[in-house]
Amino acid sequence: MIASSRSPLVWLVHLSVILLVVLWTLPTAGLLISSLRDKDQLAVSGWWTALSTSSQNLTGRAASPEAQVERDGKFVIAGNLLEGGNSKVSAFGFRPLQPTAFAVGTPADIGDGQTLTVKDDGSYEIVSPTRMEGTRGQRIFYTAAIPPRFTFDNYREVMRAEGIGASFINSLTVAIPATVIPILVAAFAAYALAWMKFPGRAILIAVVVGLLVVPLQMSLIPLLKLYNGVGAFLGVPAKTYVGIWLAHMGFGLPLAIYLLRNYMAGLPREIMESARVDGASDFDIFIKIILPLSFPALASFSIFQFLWTWNDLLVAMVFLGTGNNELVLTGRLVNLLGSRGGNWEILTASAFVTIIVPLIVFFTLQRYLVRGLLAGSVKGG
Amino acid sequence: MQQLLFAIATMAAGVLGCAAYFFGTNWILDKLFPSKGLTGPVASRNLRITNAIRPWLFLGPAMFSLAIYLIYPVIASVWLSLHDRAGENFVGLNNFVWMFNDGEFRQSIYNNFLWLLVVPAAATFFGLIIAALTDRIWWGNIAKTLIFMPMAISFVGASVIWKFIYDYRAEGTEQIGLLNALVVYFGGSPEAWVTLPFWNNFFLMVILIWIQTGFAMVILSAALRGIPEETVEAAVIDGANGLQIFFKIMIPQMWGTIAVVWTTITILVLKVFDIVLAMTNGQWQSQVLANLMFDWMFRGGGDFGRGAAIAVIIMVLVIPIMIWNIRNAAKEMEGH
Repeated sequence: MIASSRSPLVWLVHLSVILLVVLWTLPTAGLLISSLRDKDQLAVSGWWTALSTSSQNLTGRAASPEAQVERDGKFVIAGNLLEGGNSKVSAFGFRPLQPTAFAVGTPADIGDGQTLTVKDDGSYEIVSPTRMEGTRGQRIFYTAAIPPRFTFDNYREVMRAEGIGASFINSLTVAIPATVIPILVAAFAAYALAWMKFPGRAILIAVVVGLLVVPLQMSLIPLLKLYNGVGAFLGVPAKTYVGIWLAHMGFGLPLAIYLLRNYMAGLPREIMESARVDGASDFDIFIKIILPLSFPALASFSIFQFLWTWNDLLVAMVFLGTGNNELVLTGRLVNLLGSRGGNWEILTASAFVTIIVPLIVFFTLQRYLVRGLLAGSVKGG
Repeated sequence: MQQLLFAIATMAAGVLGCAAYFFGTNWILDKLFPSKGLTGPVASRNLRITNAIRPWLFLGPAMFSLAIYLIYPVIASVWLSLHDRAGENFVGLNNFVWMFNDGEFRQSIYNNFLWLLVVPAAATFFGLIIAALTDRIWWGNIAKTLIFMPMAISFVGASVIWKFIYDYRAEGTEQIGLLNALVVYFGGSPEAWVTLPFWNNFFLMVILIWIQTGFAMVILSAALRGIPEETVEAAVIDGANGLQIFFKIMIPQMWGTIAVVWTTITILVLKVFDIVLAMTNGQWQSQVLANLMFDWMFRGGGDFGRGAAIAVIIMVLVIPIMIWNIRNAAKEMEGH
């Protein structure tokens, strides 16, 4: 709106924004691409080379001498190092220290008058003037160019073997009730704080604003003790889904009440006054007028609460067990970081499964998220 | 699947229970003190009584929940911080004395201080720059959406994303981590970044900055749009250039919002836990208060006294911002 559109400054603006967008999206893109790559390729080359042919140094073993056949008075062992595909061998060798000593197609003298030849399609041939002995096949070192390969194998593996599938269900189990149950409780409280007159209202609002920033860490130990006590008293486990739903509700309420109160306080006073003149009680006004009008704020809060409960690690680690039917996605991912630290095919695929739901919510409901953020941050003086 | 059905059933029961509470108590109140269709002193007396009671019926469940999950624990944590590991014997300020003599705690305070210095500043700075730049181009909204996206990603997910970027392979082998690949490409030698004491703090901070810049951008972008056109136009007429307008006209009008963004991210930084747990778990001198607190909560069967004492320190650091927020909210209420 300031610089004229012909100015070179505009190009600078475009370029900087492109650079920033790339910086901010590249990490996630790298994760997604990696999770779809073949795990052998992922382990040896960067994801940015995913589309180019990668060159790998591999070791294979020829068939054992038992497989030799006699041909034109010579003994021959033949086979293929590559199992199909479009890979190409560029060099080979038979000593570990010289894995690329020979170009494809050139016969290599491996002693006793035997020669080894490897062609670029991976087929090899060992030719010997005499019958070959032994039970183990000749080791062959070779360099192969392997075309890019994308696969869902990593996802299949993590969903079943690594328990990500079970944790996905657990996360949904935590997040859905923890999002829905507080809405009604918060909405009634917000209406009371916004439109009803009673002594102590201002103090209660101040308390809610104060509780917005209370660190969760303050709550953990006393609640853990409380849960253990209640669990022992009632003879039930201390760590249950009901426990974590209530905890998430308690922790989410300050933001919920604050957001909804701000929204409701902004609704026009005339609507309520005309309804009151018609003899409607506060209860009727709230149920019939305010609640339907507050839909955008309710949606904003629900999105926040869902993202927060889905992404939460701390509350789940304290208030929920670690069994297969209780461990949530974030907790599972932390465990995998410890146990599968180097297996990036497992980690990238697992991480993507954990972030896909929030990303879908984000892209479809971004409008409400932005609105909620703007209403939720305490406005500055 | 069964578990999910159980969850949905509980959810329905919870919502119905809440609805039953609100409708039920309200119905009882109206039955006990009827005012509809009545006239005279009895009706007005009943109306007064219902109007005095109804707010507390509305507030009841929320206040009960807040009292149990936030207010009681804050008091109990302070109480526990003055007691021994099981929370039974009063030990006075021993936990705090221990804390300030503990090397790991001092390390955490130092690291938290670094985090507080860098993360809010960097996220606000990038947020402001991006908000200002995207305001002027036609595809600004697309750019903003993409930069805002990490907001939706969990701290643990983001940690995996960045751990992959910081991945380290021995020198000479092909690097699959983006950072080391770049370093090698420009002729440097690869490093295991998260294990470098002191510097690893900054590699962890990058993750939070990456997540929080979108938040700063959204709030500041709205503030930028809220600046009255006339002030900018007047400056243009006076011959100010783009940079002058940005720094001398726009920024001064946004101080309030910048402070809000800054303090919100500051609170978040004080509570940062997941990132450190997932990336280093406090090793290589990268410990922070929230992770140390969690550690003591379970270390050796759990030391509730020390854990609570660390939580109290975090709370004390938050209190100035809490007071500032309450005062701002109160000021705004007077305006209504």
